[in-house]
Amino acid sequence: MNGRKQTLLAIVIALVAIALPLVTPDYRAQIALLWVMVLFAMTWDILGGQTGYNSFGNVVFFGIGMYASAVVQRDSGLDYFVALFLGMGLGGLIAVAVAAILGSMVLRMRGHYFAIATLGLGIAAAELAAGWEFIGAGSGMTTPLYPGDPGVQYLFFCYLFFALTAVVFCLLAWLYRTRFGLALNAIRDNEDKAEAMGLRTGLYKTVAWMIAAFFLGLTGGAVGNLLRFVDPRDTAFAGATYGVWMVLMAILGGKGTLWGPVLGAVVFHVTQELLWTHLLGWQRVALGLIIVAIVVFFPQGILGWARERWPERFGHKVEAS
Amino acid sequence: MADNLQLLFDAPLLIVQLLLDGILIGAIFAVAAYGMALVWGVMNVINVVQGEYVMLGGFIAFQLTLWDINPFLGVPVAAVILFVLGIAIYYGIIRRVVDKDLFISLLATFGLSILMQQLMNQIWGSQVRTAQSGLSTWFLFDYQVTVSQVKLVAFAGALMIGVLLILFLKRTRLGQAIRATAQNPRAARVLGIDTDRVFAATYGINAALCGAAGAFVVMAYSVHPYTGLPYTVRSFMIVVVAGLGNLPAVILAGLGLGASETMAGFILGVQFQVAFVFCLLVIILVFRNTMLGRKRRYLK
Repeated sequence: MNGRKQTLLAIVIALVAIALPLVTPDYRAQIALLWVMVLFAMTWDILGGQTGYNSFGNVVFFGIGMYASAVVQRDSGLDYFVALFLGMGLGGLIAVAVAAILGSMVLRMRGHYFAIATLGLGIAAAELAAGWEFIGAGSGMTTPLYPGDPGVQYLFFCYLFFALTAVVFCLLAWLYRTRFGLALNAIRDNEDKAEAMGLRTGLYKTVAWMIAAFFLGLTGGAVGNLLRFVDPRDTAFAGATYGVWMVLMAILGGKGTLWGPVLGAVVFHVTQELLWTHLLGWQRVALGLIIVAIVVFFPQGILGWARERWPERFGHKVEAS
Repeated sequence: MADNLQLLFDAPLLIVQLLLDGILIGAIFAVAAYGMALVWGVMNVINVVQGEYVMLGGFIAFQLTLWDINPFLGVPVAAVILFVLGIAIYYGIIRRVVDKDLFISLLATFGLSILMQQLMNQIWGSQVRTAQSGLSTWFLFDYQVTVSQVKLVAFAGALMIGVLLILFLKRTRLGQAIRATAQNPRAARVLGIDTDRVFAATYGINAALCGAAGAFVVMAYSVHPYTGLPYTVRSFMIVVVAGLGNLPAVILAGLGLGASETMAGFILGVQFQVAFVFCLLVIILVFRNTMLGRKRRYLK
């Protein structure tokens, strides 16, 4: 796809995104969650797809945002919206700080070790949160009630998450075209060479993680209000659900591409919403099967498969054989 | 936390108790860790389902007690069932990811782990399960230190499994083939070793080790569908500290981990024990990496 077609596609998607919750009021909560999933996949892909560092621990930043916003809303005594946005901002900033500190330590590891270390971080965060009285320990926290009609509440969150998604998408589209994006790809392709070329790889990796952390923090702050409940293990630091979904959606769509994570998140979320209600109690079994199936039989993702199938559409020259 | 520390100073025998408990469970960690090291070294796959195999072994022994069969029989039964299951999983899934990107196999086994957690939850429910072994408890030092006999049996059993494993790897043809494949899979193939079968056997043996360990876990401690992951992480940690294929170091690291974890669980409070395990994982990795970083190397 060339630039003009992509812009056109983005505008069509934006129009659909604005119209959809107005047309289908019953599905507003699901649509809001859909944008959350797209945010998950896109932010994961900054480090996972573009830089080649597969993190299982991005959910840490999401959970930090969730708790920060819930604490601000509980203790500040401000108006709902002021507290919400303040909490989201605070959550984003704390997440960035945590990403900077953790990143300078764990991003020096590579491959398996980085993946397992981040997996450990995610679960450690959940267990620590579950033991900390100030934030409700194991029983979690409830977020305040939305002032106004519940239907309008979901509409508000639909547009909030869509706006966030649009911002992240535009930012990443720009970022991946700059030197910064090239540096990330260079690290993915051969980190030693990138370093030998004089790139400060540690800095690039940490900044990439901090960008992901900031937007995950913002997302988390608002999701707490959408779900109305913050639980340390099941929503905030949910490594076995959100933490894996991020990875899975990016891989499903095609990691390391701009549109891949978006596509993967939409396909995954729609399939999940269609199937989940019929699978009471067996959802996670299905999830496990889906993970294994995607990873084993479809590791290149939808876009990767399409690229192999129709290389000329992606601007690759095809030699006649 | 300060209270608990004070308690330790007031009653030094409590330290003996904690260390003893920790060392006894550490041997079980070491068995699962050695299985992980085997799969990692031979196949270059980090098996995230490790903990779920341990739990499944425990549930099998638990199921036997429901049928009025002695849970000690569960050790060989669980080992055999998991050996078969491991080979089936190898041919079904692992085989397709062995030569792929390392992350693919990590994610595939992670998916398997979620799948197995949930299947166990559906079959046995989400209660914490234990199996009564029928053994009693010894009291030492005027009832100040207690040693349950089943933990001692589990300790001895774990060590025996380790010895059997070493003998198997050193003496049998299959064991030698496994070690040859670990050293150089390509050369092993050139010399006529069917590495595919070796991989299958290795993976099956790993599952069997975990199953046997799990049967001890359910007798001496407890099992639950969702508590597998800490066992995986402990195994990983032990292997990172001890290195691949160094059994004495694996056992030492296992005992050390068991002891420090029990101490931490007592001092920080039991609700932080799992958090301690995972934090320790990150700390150990960062520490190892920093040490390697001085030589311009890193963990990869």
